[in-house]
Amino acid sequence: MMTNENTGLVNYTLVKFHIIFAMTYLVIVMLMGLIYSLQLLQWNPLPELSWLSPGRLRIIHTNGAVYGFITNGFLAGLYWAVPRLCGYKVLNEKFIGWFLAIALQVAVLGTVVMVMFLGMAQGIEWGETPALLDPIITAWLVVLAIQFIPPIFKAGRDRPLYAANWYLIIGLVWVIMVYFMGNFIPEYFIPGVAGAAVTGTWIHDAVGLYVTPIGWGLMYYFVPIMLRKPIWSHALSLLGFWGLAFFYPLQGVHHYLWSPIPMYAQYAAVICTVVLELAVITVIVNFLMTLRGDADQMKTSVAIRWVFVGTINYAITCLQCAFHVLLTTQKVIHFTDWVPGHAHLIMYGTFGFWLMGFFSYLWPKVFGKESYSRKLDEYAFWSVAIGMAVMWGDLLAAGLIEGFNWWGMVHFMDSLRNVVPFWFIRTLTGVAIFSGILCFVANMVLTITKGKGPATTQKLQPAGGVA
Amino acid sequence: MSKGKGPIHERFALIFLFVGFGLFAFGTFWQAVSPWLSMRHIPYEKMEDLAKNMNPEFAMLARDFPQEFQQYYGQYGEAAFADALETGKKAYIAEACWHCHSQYVRPVSKEEERYGKVSYPSEYQNAMHLPQLLGTRRVGPDLTRESGVHSNDWHVAHFKNAKGVTPDSAMPNYLWFFDDQGKPNKKGLGVITYMQWLGHWANPDSYYRLSANK
Repeated sequence: MMTNENTGLVNYTLVKFHIIFAMTYLVIVMLMGLIYSLQLLQWNPLPELSWLSPGRLRIIHTNGAVYGFITNGFLAGLYWAVPRLCGYKVLNEKFIGWFLAIALQVAVLGTVVMVMFLGMAQGIEWGETPALLDPIITAWLVVLAIQFIPPIFKAGRDRPLYAANWYLIIGLVWVIMVYFMGNFIPEYFIPGVAGAAVTGTWIHDAVGLYVTPIGWGLMYYFVPIMLRKPIWSHALSLLGFWGLAFFYPLQGVHHYLWSPIPMYAQYAAVICTVVLELAVITVIVNFLMTLRGDADQMKTSVAIRWVFVGTINYAITCLQCAFHVLLTTQKVIHFTDWVPGHAHLIMYGTFGFWLMGFFSYLWPKVFGKESYSRKLDEYAFWSVAIGMAVMWGDLLAAGLIEGFNWWGMVHFMDSLRNVVPFWFIRTLTGVAIFSGILCFVANMVLTITKGKGPATTQKLQPAGGVA
Repeated sequence: MSKGKGPIHERFALIFLFVGFGLFAFGTFWQAVSPWLSMRHIPYEKMEDLAKNMNPEFAMLARDFPQEFQQYYGQYGEAAFADALETGKKAYIAEACWHCHSQYVRPVSKEEERYGKVSYPSEYQNAMHLPQLLGTRRVGPDLTRESGVHSNDWHVAHFKNAKGVTPDSAMPNYLWFFDDQGKPNKKGLGVITYMQWLGHWANPDSYYRLSANK
């Protein structure tokens, strides 16, 4: 049923478009992160101009990662996976497809311009996108759901829905609700501590109710497809689904532990975060058990390696999360570099790795060419994976030093000086990751220009496939 | 939705759909709505209400930079104070100061000794915390009780060149808070007003408790 040839179900141009933009933004946001890390080392090479201020660049780093890199990557994955999973085309490629594609880039570039040049950032974490753009993005998310839910709905009438579709539907619906809630309510309606509780839900829901369900949904498609075998357990996939649905919305407040937010909300957040790890473990076990017996494919295929090393990173971050969310641990690690270490491993080390696995699997297919250089691919993987692992451990250590220094009443400036060596190592790991990504991109470019292989997929592509 | 056949979750898809929404609604209620409900009796202070309680540092700012103050904020008084606070908050958000400075003192890890009185909900129930600026990271120190910790001149020097007053500081310099003569402009005066306002109601005595331990 699932062949590598284009049967007209998938619009290859849209997949290509979104992968290209995802990787472009990834390079840009990584550069922003690098510059920001240089600021902490007092080596910022940029002139002291308002639009190059590190505070503003940090917004581009985080928001560009979610809305530029991950959202474009998800769209590429969705345009590939949903029609193939369902056997139906998405609702409309020509208008809605290109509207979504272009509007997303306009929104991301609009954010960059407004945050950097006009100083219009919003004071909401993960929602620094200017308040002006929020209604447009909410509308965009509604159109996104309208684009992808109809084929899933049609497939649901034919036969029981595969778990991937469950995750995709819930992700597409949730993101509208949580984006609206998180970006409008604390901005205009609820002030102060209660506003912080709402903001906390958004900080976590951006990851938990948008990136997680869609990432899991795509993984439930790509893992069996890449390994060419069925998923290990359908029961587990549904257990994970209900675990996600029940425990994720309840944990936002864990970003503000020991704050003046009522303790019942804080306790619920801590308990649900710990319990959620059970749901996450079902997913990780499911992916790893599917890999069982085929682990040698991690040696032969870099794409599969990206995906499964991402899964192992996921296991590490989530177990770490169950540990550091405890109120006792929070006394030390809250406000420290521990948290960015954790955030990098989840956003890039897991979802970023998964996306890069999908891209290295999809890129040769959509262009009908063989990947140009195995060497570049290998370098990209090892450089990024080692850089990521070292960065994680390094920031964790820095976080512990900061946390215990503060608790031990060390002078604030001394606590800062004590972690400068760790920040230096972090910058080095950033350089490693950045160089790896440049190799990844170079291989993508060389695959198109110099890659071998009969361009069969191009010929098979029906006229309607290209808009 | 198939009828009568298939696994249980397919047979009752509609029920499951509502359960899904219900779980989300429950989570949202517990984590977002109920904190709001339990704090809605705390009166909300608008900008005008806040402006009534002016702190002395603002008067000193007007005295130190009379020309600039007159130019950007007009006559010294409550209206000017409200305007300066609003300007300061906007700059604080636009420059993402809150990414590196938190605004709540926790009751743990000796934070009370380092920063001052532990934060309490009612001090956030005002226009300066819409949107809230609690923050989640401390590259620099907490600012909840910043009022009166440093003098206005210190802030001017610090925003212009943080390393000049605090060696090895990681803070960027904000040269666009100053005019060509090096005096603070509208943004600069606003941000300093905001810094000197933060927590002045809970700080024991101002003038200036430059603590050795910050």
